Amino acid sequence: MVSSRLSGTGLTLAYDQRVVATDLSVTIPDASFTVIIGPNACGKSTLLRALARMLKPKAGAVHLDGSVITSLPSKEVARRLGLLPQSSIVPDGITVADLVARGRYPHQKLMRQWSKADEAAVAEAMRATDVAGLADRIVDELSGGQRQRVWLAMALAQETPILLLDEPTTYLDISHQIEVLDLCADLHEAGRTMVAVLHDLNQACRYATHLIVMRAGEIVAAGDPTEIVTPELVEQVFDLRCEIIQDPQTGTPLIVPEARRRVAAATA
Amino acid sequence: MRPAEETADAAEAAGLAVSEPVAGTGGVPDAKAGRRPPVLVAGLVVTFGVLVLVALASVALGARSVPFGTVIDAFIAPNGSSDHTVIRELRVPRTLLGLGVGATLGLAGALMQSLTRNPLADPGLLGINQGAALGVTLALGLFGLGDPTVYFWFAFGGAALASFIVYTLASSGRSGSSPVRLALAGVAFGMVCTAISSAILRMDSETFDRMRFWLTGSLAGQTADTLVRLAPFMAAGLVLGLLLARPLNMLALGDDAGKALGVAVNRTRILTGVAVTLLCGAATAAAGPLWFVGLIVPHAVRAAVGPDQRWVLPYSALAAPVLLLGADVIGRLIARPGEVQVGIVWAVIGAPIFILMARRKRVAAL
Amino acid sequence: MNVRVGSWSVRLAPRALLVTVLLILIGCAVSVAALATGEFTVPVPDIIDALFGQGTPVAELIVSKLRAPRVVTGLLVGAAFGLSGAIFQSLTRNPLGSPDFIGFTAGASTGGILAVVAGGSALVIAGGALLGCVATAALVYLLAYRGGVAGYRLVLVGIGANALLLAVNSYLLTRANINDAATAGAWLTGSLSGRGWDHAVPVALALAVLLPLCAAISRPMRMIEMGDDAARAMGIRVEVVRAAAIAAGVLLSGVATAAAGPVAFVALASPQLARRLTRSPGVTMASSALMGAVLLTAADLAAQRLLAPTQLPVGVLTAAIGGTYLVLLLRKDRH
Repeated sequence: MVSSRLSGTGLTLAYDQRVVATDLSVTIPDASFTVIIGPNACGKSTLLRALARMLKPKAGAVHLDGSVITSLPSKEVARRLGLLPQSSIVPDGITVADLVARGRYPHQKLMRQWSKADEAAVAEAMRATDVAGLADRIVDELSGGQRQRVWLAMALAQETPILLLDEPTTYLDISHQIEVLDLCADLHEAGRTMVAVLHDLNQACRYATHLIVMRAGEIVAAGDPTEIVTPELVEQVFDLRCEIIQDPQTGTPLIVPEARRRVAAATA
Repeated sequence: MRPAEETADAAEAAGLAVSEPVAGTGGVPDAKAGRRPPVLVAGLVVTFGVLVLVALASVALGARSVPFGTVIDAFIAPNGSSDHTVIRELRVPRTLLGLGVGATLGLAGALMQSLTRNPLADPGLLGINQGAALGVTLALGLFGLGDPTVYFWFAFGGAALASFIVYTLASSGRSGSSPVRLALAGVAFGMVCTAISSAILRMDSETFDRMRFWLTGSLAGQTADTLVRLAPFMAAGLVLGLLLARPLNMLALGDDAGKALGVAVNRTRILTGVAVTLLCGAATAAAGPLWFVGLIVPHAVRAAVGPDQRWVLPYSALAAPVLLLGADVIGRLIARPGEVQVGIVWAVIGAPIFILMARRKRVAAL
Repeated sequence: MNVRVGSWSVRLAPRALLVTVLLILIGCAVSVAALATGEFTVPVPDIIDALFGQGTPVAELIVSKLRAPRVVTGLLVGAAFGLSGAIFQSLTRNPLGSPDFIGFTAGASTGGILAVVAGGSALVIAGGALLGCVATAALVYLLAYRGGVAGYRLVLVGIGANALLLAVNSYLLTRANINDAATAGAWLTGSLSGRGWDHAVPVALALAVLLPLCAAISRPMRMIEMGDDAARAMGIRVEVVRAAAIAAGVLLSGVATAAAGPVAFVALASPQLARRLTRSPGVTMASSALMGAVLLTAADLAAQRLLAPTQLPVGVLTAAIGGTYLVLLLRKDRH
């Protein structure tokens, strides 16, 4: 049994009355780069929000370090577990440096608002995400990709051993997507537990050390991508016929969707 | 709340601007799926029918009770009796005024909300009512012009000036007219107007006495003469406004998308501003600052027919007088032999509906 | 700019600091001017003597019995309005989310008018205003609550409530006899004239209790401006902070309205003016409170002296000064 600081058992997740998932159990292995994947509206973001205590489960509980997460002081949790939400609001006229600095909130007190540790953490977060050069720019004026990196820097400045990311590559072009994912991989190698919701199955297979595949509110498969990703799984989850080859760069599974002609031939 | 909804709420809150993800073909915000034109046309006909009924009720019912037969006689065989006079000289002009004011305000609200992409745009919010009220206060208080046929020009001028100033203010600066700036400019300017009005009223209790009735908004006490003078403005504003539906549909996708689709953005904005000024100026001059009519009716209409301005605009123009006249009739009946001003009845009925809509869903869709 | 003393550290923005200092200085200058000038001019050195009970009897009467309470009430009420506006504008992330726009002030007015019509004393009117404000706020909050209060829904529900209450208010005014209507009308524009220490003390007490609370929630509230999820991820109990903020904001605007009537525009304009001057992201509480205090006392001074001997109600001047100033700032606004 792998050790796990963060897990959920018997989760029933719902918004108001609309139930998204019932009796869901999930374990995030420590020091893993876990990626949650599945078709749109399968409940993957909902699961992530529940793990980050954004959403209170109707039944079941999320455990962090053996305690029910909602029983811990929220600020205490925020020092162990960070979240990059799918969408946040940029306050009017805020600069990059100020926004990233807000990530230090859980470490600050009323009378200790800006310690040397805060300064170092912010500088390091901005360096890692390559936004140091933008420090004095107004966030509103940045491009989508720059902005996403700024938000990531804010989450990094929080300096949590576990970091949850809800679709961190949305709005980014392919090179920035890879850049963000490489950064996540670096953070993972440096010892953090990373959990991300991603859209792209190939990227998920390449970066994840632990893959959680969801469909219609259920976890269909979980484990090492090289072991669990099969054409059958992809068809079951995404309704997509495909071939799986080895990624020439990493040896991880690479999904190649069937070409149109062959689909036509198959149905004929 | 679902995250998507929360995001949209947050985005609205941040900018007040709402751009709906647009379904439909050719980039035009189409009516809700399933509501096809025949249904919408039928709905329009039904609304018109209801409007006729309400108008009849407004002629027949009032603080003074007149038997229905006498009401009909008043038209086919007027005999100069006091009942007939009341109906011909008071109720008919009042009903026509209600129709005109309702239609103008409903359309003005719909146009403003569409133009500013701001679901809260309303003659009250954007300072136009306050501008008109200041005009009337000046006429009554400083110049001693008590004749309605004179002071409505002041109301008209005040409204026009207010819309011009607020719009100019909000569109200056680098980022152009953002919805929040527009709303802030409207509120700030409205406040200044109100301040000046109340300073004048403060020093002149006679004017205050007259103004406190005008300020609540009322359809009573206006003559056919007023109506005749204002009708051309109302008609011009209505026609112009209805013609703007298509370009406004394109602008709803954003200025850039509108431009890409071949809309003359600035011309559309200016023409819409002209239409709104005509409509609001005339309506406010006739009935005082009626809060909220232009705010709530387009909201309800959009909830029913979807975001296509080609339907929203005519529906708003037809539905608003139904409700306004309805409120006026109720106001006449509940406090016999006196009456409650339509502005008050309207707000008392309209506000809870608005609150319910706000609770129910995202009212904001534009 | 960082200030560190041992393990204590505070972050300060130089421009915000400068604006704060300037606002304090202007506030002092306006207060001194209000104390010194008028029908009877008291030289500045005599003011200090009078305040400490060392001056001539006349100076003492004028300064510490008549003028000082008015100035103090103005400062406190302005600060309370500014703070309350800052709280609600931050919560709703919307300049229109201020208490004078979402029905709270209108509710206070309804309470006040009812008290006037019922022939209540000044104290009853104040109580009616406070009650009206709190009741309206509770109603708006409940109506806007659906598994949490989203800012936008609060604004919409508040605007609905505002329209309803304004209608009720004008109905009450048309039904009242002309004397009551005039009294209520005067009260409705807000005024500081004739305010004594008994008006200042409740506001001072409210501020004494609520200022520390505001200081404690100001940083979490800035986080909430970035979205509920982002704030929760930082370990903020969003609904708790929000409920505390609403309670503080409502009480502040209620107490302020009770003391001076629904003074127009201070709550709406102060945070907007302050944030444009300090160029800070979002609204900030301290500078908003100071701005409110300065705006209200300056407007009151102008109201007393501008058309002397005619005394304008201060509400007229706050709207005129604040409105014009905001219009000017909006003209060259970058955002």
